[in-house]
Amino acid sequence: MAIEMMEYANNSDNILEVYNLKKYYPISKFVLGKSRSYVKAVDDVSFSIKRGTTMGLVGESGCGKTTVGRTILRLHEVTDGKVFFEGRDLSKIPPARLRKMRPQMQMIFQDPYSSLSPRMPIGEIIGEAVKEHKIVPKSEYRAYILKVMRDCGLQPHFYYRYPHEFSGGQRQRISIARAVALKPKFIICDEPLSALDVSIQAQIINLMKDLQEQYGYTYLFISHDLSVVEYLSDTIGVMYLGSMMEMGDKKKIFANPMHPYTKALLSAVPVSNPDVKMNRIILEGDIPSPVNPPSGCKFRTRCPNAMPICAEKAPVFKEYEENHKVACHLYSQD
Amino acid sequence: MGLLDMLKRRKVEGTEDLDNTMYLTLREERRISRENRKIMKQYEREKNRKNVPEEEYLTQMRDPSNVVEFDNLHTYFFTDLGTVKSVNGVTFDIPQGKIVGVVGESGCGKSVTSLSLMQLVQAPQGQIVEGSIRYQDINGKCYEITKMPRDKMLEIRGKEISMIFQEPMTSLNPVFKIGEQMDEVVLLHTKGATSESAKARSIEMLNLVGIADVEKVYNSYPHELSGGMRQRVMIAMALSCDPRLIIADEPTTALDVTIQAQILELLRDVKDKINGSIMLITHDLGVIAEMADYVVVMYAGRIIEQGTVREIFHNPKHPYTIGLMKSKPSGDTKDNRLYSIRGQVPNPINMPDYCYFCNRCDYAMNVCWKEYPDIVEFSESHSAACHLYYGEGLEEQKKRRVEVENNGN
Ligand SMILES: Nc1ncnc2c1ncn2[C@@H]1O[C@H](COP(=O)(O)OP(=O)(O)OP(=O)(O)O)[C@@H](O)[C@H]1O
Ligand code: SF4
Ligand SMILES: [Mg+2]
Repeated sequence: MAIEMMEYANNSDNILEVYNLKKYYPISKFVLGKSRSYVKAVDDVSFSIKRGTTMGLVGESGCGKTTVGRTILRLHEVTDGKVFFEGRDLSKIPPARLRKMRPQMQMIFQDPYSSLSPRMPIGEIIGEAVKEHKIVPKSEYRAYILKVMRDCGLQPHFYYRYPHEFSGGQRQRISIARAVALKPKFIICDEPLSALDVSIQAQIINLMKDLQEQYGYTYLFISHDLSVVEYLSDTIGVMYLGSMMEMGDKKKIFANPMHPYTKALLSAVPVSNPDVKMNRIILEGDIPSPVNPPSGCKFRTRCPNAMPICAEKAPVFKEYEENHKVACHLYSQD
Repeated sequence: MGLLDMLKRRKVEGTEDLDNTMYLTLREERRISRENRKIMKQYEREKNRKNVPEEEYLTQMRDPSNVVEFDNLHTYFFTDLGTVKSVNGVTFDIPQGKIVGVVGESGCGKSVTSLSLMQLVQAPQGQIVEGSIRYQDINGKCYEITKMPRDKMLEIRGKEISMIFQEPMTSLNPVFKIGEQMDEVVLLHTKGATSESAKARSIEMLNLVGIADVEKVYNSYPHELSGGMRQRVMIAMALSCDPRLIIADEPTTALDVTIQAQILELLRDVKDKINGSIMLITHDLGVIAEMADYVVVMYAGRIIEQGTVREIFHNPKHPYTIGLMKSKPSGDTKDNRLYSIRGQVPNPINMPDYCYFCNRCDYAMNVCWKEYPDIVEFSESHSAACHLYYGEGLEEQKKRRVEVENNGN
């Protein structure tokens, strides 16, 4: 471990570096008479994101994608591991300073409605934290909010209206506006499209791309929709049961998926062409409970290629070509 | 009225496109509410009649190879804000043994169409005000669902026509074991069923949907099962009375792709086993392409295009369908901007009397802002409602094409 730590020497191209991140939730003391058991929601995950790029994080529900996002933002305490933002170890930053840094890291959620206060008009929802963190001088405040709204495709006269008067797509624009109004550097998007219609999804995807081009945001894009992730991301991480199974350059992952789980995920996506019959890898069963994950490789219970060794030893997460890592016994482990 | 409200109420010109809300004064609201009550009472009285002679709701199918025919169906909701025309003249068939996919934006009336068929539209606000729904049972007897009395409908619903929903948790009762709930369905719909025969049937169905540990699932409570497992149970339950038609309303939307793949495979499989039909409602074009034989595209309560799955995917005609196909990210769109249909669906209370898609359409012409387009048939199965393909609009298209060619030279 100590040697790995040396790699922490920060690469200044990276806005975010995550090392051996772990997040365990304790569950009831009396389960099966054991003193304590844990849900290993995130179990030793490491990755980094280059400034101005997008990393896509995919996997089935309950695999720990959202927890990764929330622990990075310190919305949850980290169980173990390190998160560096702009070269600074977040765990070493005192709470008061951290609060000041908050605007730089923002999060956009799946359900824009429940995250917007119903009693506040749109202008105030977007501006509340801008005031609090004094992002712009008071005299420019209103003009600034209106500019942010325009950037996000919201009409100026929406300023005094309330969230319930808007459609799902517009609400998602509002929550994006609220995030970008704080001039963040890094935005975590947790399934921002899954509650929206296809035609509205396309509008929001374009908005996110435009904003990135204009202001150089870095995104961590969490989603289960592989076609959207493929479209938006530069790098991709595939998670299963709290662990990273495969990670790397988007083009490499899509052209040459190595992990059997990635292969199955890719083949499960329905194609919009009635004449293409997929040679589908159908995974049997459900994702196991993270309280008692399978021994060895966590995926082995559903893996079509599982071998005896997979039950004995957890595979190492290793780089097989530049910018392409995978954790699987099918590939040499030395 | 406070200043905020005044600002809020002021209409800004040129924003009708995005402005989807409507403001009413209290008095207007009361008047609407009073009128609604009168209308609703009338419809309810009609539906609650007892001992209706069968002749009143027997009918003939237009084509005997169909299980269900929707014919100019209008289902409205009489709300205090005005009448929501959720389904506004919908006509399509569900042929025996086929899967018909229904796609469209959220709120376009897909679910209300299927609920109308089940007589499950939320009453008294929701009423079928016009049109017919014909259903043919296994013996070739045809019923007019819109005229069918409630008691008779109970014999068909859940037995001959059954339903699978997006979130199975809401349709499973959390306090009863899976087995009890399944047995109940069988007991209710099968004449002479005993508790033993019901259990045998339930177990058989759980086996059919590929559940490995049948006894354990039979004795579980719904919350003890995963989402994919619950959806399997729902399918097993829907199958237990040999339905002629399964309505699957977003059956996989809440599931992960890998589980979705399992469930779709299962649905296709069971459809063949029972030789039934499926009405598959979804907004996922991929799911439609994979599953459906026929596709119905709905927009704001009306069908704007329908055809076989190949016709719709390889040769879409309506600008909305074309836009939908293009706005899905795929391998080829990688670095360019994604095509997006601008704007959003018009307010369902204030539907225009011209093409509903005008404000979002890249091709809109003068005539489109004047009248609602007729339905144009491209083949026996393929049709679309759009001015581009007939009359004045077609002429204009030709002219434009000529202009483009001349400019090119
Ligand atoms: N009980 C109700 N009272 C009033 N309006 C209703 C009611 N149920 C549905 N509606 C309206 O009817 C229209 C069609 O709704 P429907 O549920 O059929 O849409 P949908 O196409 O199934 O959408 P989704 O994809 O979101 O499920 C919507 O405008 C909706 O607001
Ligand atoms: S009728 Fe006109 S506005 Fe409507 S979809 Fe066709 S071209 Fe577009
Ligand atoms: Mg619906």
